[in-house]
Amino acid sequence: MTHPRHRSALIFLASLAIFTIAVTIAAQFGLVSTSFVKTLGKTLCLCLAALAMDLIWGYAGILSLGHMAFFALGGYMVGMWLMYARTEEIVIASMSNGGLPATPEEISQGIATQIFGVVGASDLPAIWSFANSLPLQLALVVAVPGLLALIFGWLAFRSRVTGVYLSILTQAMTLALALYLFQNDSGLRGNNGLSGLQNLPGVTAGQDAVSLWFFWASAAALALTYVGLHAIVSGKFGSVIRAIRDDEARVRFLGYSVEGYKLFVFTLTAVICAFAGALYYPQAGIINPAELAPIASIYLAVWVAVGGRGRLYGAVIGAALVSLLSSWFTGGRVPSVDLGIGTINWVDWWLVLLGLTFVCVTLFSPKGIGGLFDRFAGVHAPDRKGAPLGPDDGSLQEKEAQE
Amino acid sequence: MSALLEVSGVTVSFDGFRAINNLTFSIGAAELRAIIGPNGAGKSTFMDIVTGKTRPDSGSVNFGERPVSLLKLSEAQIARAGIGRKFQRPTVFEDQTVHENLTLALKAARSPWAVLAWRKSAADEDRIAALTAQVGLADSLAKKAGTLSHGQKQWLEIAMLLAQEPRLLLVDEPAAGMTLAEREKTTELLVDIARTRAVVVVEHDMDFVRRLNCKVTVLHEGAVLAEGSLDHVTKNQTVIDVYLGRG
Ligand SMILES: Nc1ncnc2c1ncn2[C@@H]1O[C@H](COP(=O)(O)OP(=O)(O)OP(=O)(O)O)[C@@H](O)[C@H]1O
Ligand SMILES: [Mg+2]
Repeated sequence: MTHPRHRSALIFLASLAIFTIAVTIAAQFGLVSTSFVKTLGKTLCLCLAALAMDLIWGYAGILSLGHMAFFALGGYMVGMWLMYARTEEIVIASMSNGGLPATPEEISQGIATQIFGVVGASDLPAIWSFANSLPLQLALVVAVPGLLALIFGWLAFRSRVTGVYLSILTQAMTLALALYLFQNDSGLRGNNGLSGLQNLPGVTAGQDAVSLWFFWASAAALALTYVGLHAIVSGKFGSVIRAIRDDEARVRFLGYSVEGYKLFVFTLTAVICAFAGALYYPQAGIINPAELAPIASIYLAVWVAVGGRGRLYGAVIGAALVSLLSSWFTGGRVPSVDLGIGTINWVDWWLVLLGLTFVCVTLFSPKGIGGLFDRFAGVHAPDRKGAPLGPDDGSLQEKEAQE
Repeated sequence: MSALLEVSGVTVSFDGFRAINNLTFSIGAAELRAIIGPNGAGKSTFMDIVTGKTRPDSGSVNFGERPVSLLKLSEAQIARAGIGRKFQRPTVFEDQTVHENLTLALKAARSPWAVLAWRKSAADEDRIAALTAQVGLADSLAKKAGTLSHGQKQWLEIAMLLAQEPRLLLVDEPAAGMTLAEREKTTELLVDIARTRAVVVVEHDMDFVRRLNCKVTVLHEGAVLAEGSLDHVTKNQTVIDVYLGRG
């Protein structure tokens, strides 16, 4: 017997498993290309980030427009190890041609010149100190975005910044970080970013195999996170954060530290995004500061809105659908439409289409695509005569609450 | 009798307007008190000060046997210290069920980690069942609070207040929007609660206050105008002039 509340999670896990197996089989028989497997793997990572976005916005009501910064930071952290270890292999190989075995100093000098030649430097910056160790660099995937979120969140929530002001603040955070990383002396190769991340050091298997490994890892990460977040949101913690979303003042008078919960959720979701980024960029192969552009985080919010905020599967559906459509339309493979007076070139017009879709979803299906699934469940909706479910900006609107 | 709550010399101004003016008030550990006064007298503002929502410009607010100043505590800390509040407008979490609303309020550790680790126990279920039976919501446990009637929301909020097991309850206009029968039930409940805790009730309905049968404090322009039994204060000429005589 399963509680009806857990049914959506079971359906989700089953669908994800079938999808993963189907893609694997198709890849084995050469029905899908390696690059498409990578696209699907990356999409799963974006779904993971959307889950985090749904937790913080859909459930806790905090419209953060900076979470893709944590996603990119996670990518940078894992990218540093990938690039270092890969360059180390190449440097050692090329030096061993010279006859004498190279000294450690020569090797590290060689690595530094290889990696930082493009920005005119030849020393490894201090932030690369741990790049030679995979466990340490993986720890930084959690530590760096987690700490940034903790400090930023502490400052923002302690001063009770809410609503649109918080959204602007998070946009400023991701923009500032992007501008910093664009500088050549940021220690992360400026606008060149990190590249060659698809090459795993010490691995001789081809990209067709590696792409599947990452695809599976992304699917597993998505499944595990889904289960974990489902447990969180269907328990008392979920109840507290939904209460904060709808009426945070009332929650304070029940004795809960609203600021503490916001900080907790902000940091937790930042770490989930960082994980997603750490899986995404080895599949993308390259990361540069443009990934932290403010628009990236806005997209994340659009995916969740299109999918339906406040329901985990909605976030996944929204992210998968919009990001796959986006790569299809912008990939240049969609035939242009000739209207006589002009042609619609989808590479240019995709954003307009997305914008229109967003407006339509907001107007006609405020619960998003995920809401369509609820038509089958006949739960009564609170009759609010159009009033939102709480006094706060982020509170659920009447139409969203109908299940 | 030593006081549970001691408010002394408190003053609050909003943009130069003195909403509370050198107010002094105290209540014992198991006492029922009614506060009456005209609109804008500062009754709700008084509750805002005690619960930490509004910070006074001067004065002191102390709580407990070994008194701690509430002025340094946040709203959440004050609530955890044992002060519960019912708002003038019923505020329950409309998107959540009656059961969820009560679970949120049940006395338990409040930190995020403790809440993550929280599992409902048989004792909690019994407590929720008892509370909903007490306020007549036993059949509505699975209903979303937003679907309840106005009076039922008031009851749910009172039940949530009791679930917190506070030592001091501040109840702002509990009878608003209730039928006569509901009002009588509310009176009984408040009188019953006040046997073990301190209860402060703000109410405009004089019949309601009379049924509470307790000491009455009259507020006017942010200060105490009179205090004593209802009969005593209703004989006071100034009280008649500023409050009773109006309608
Ligand atoms: N945050 C605030 N900012 C400005 N003025 C305020 C604020 N809160 C209360 N006031 C003013 O303080 C005065 C006292 O208000 P309060 O709500 O305490 O009255 P009340 O006695 O509860 O009245 P009622 O019986 O109508 O509920 C009013 O004149 C009100 O306008
Ligand atoms: Mg009032």
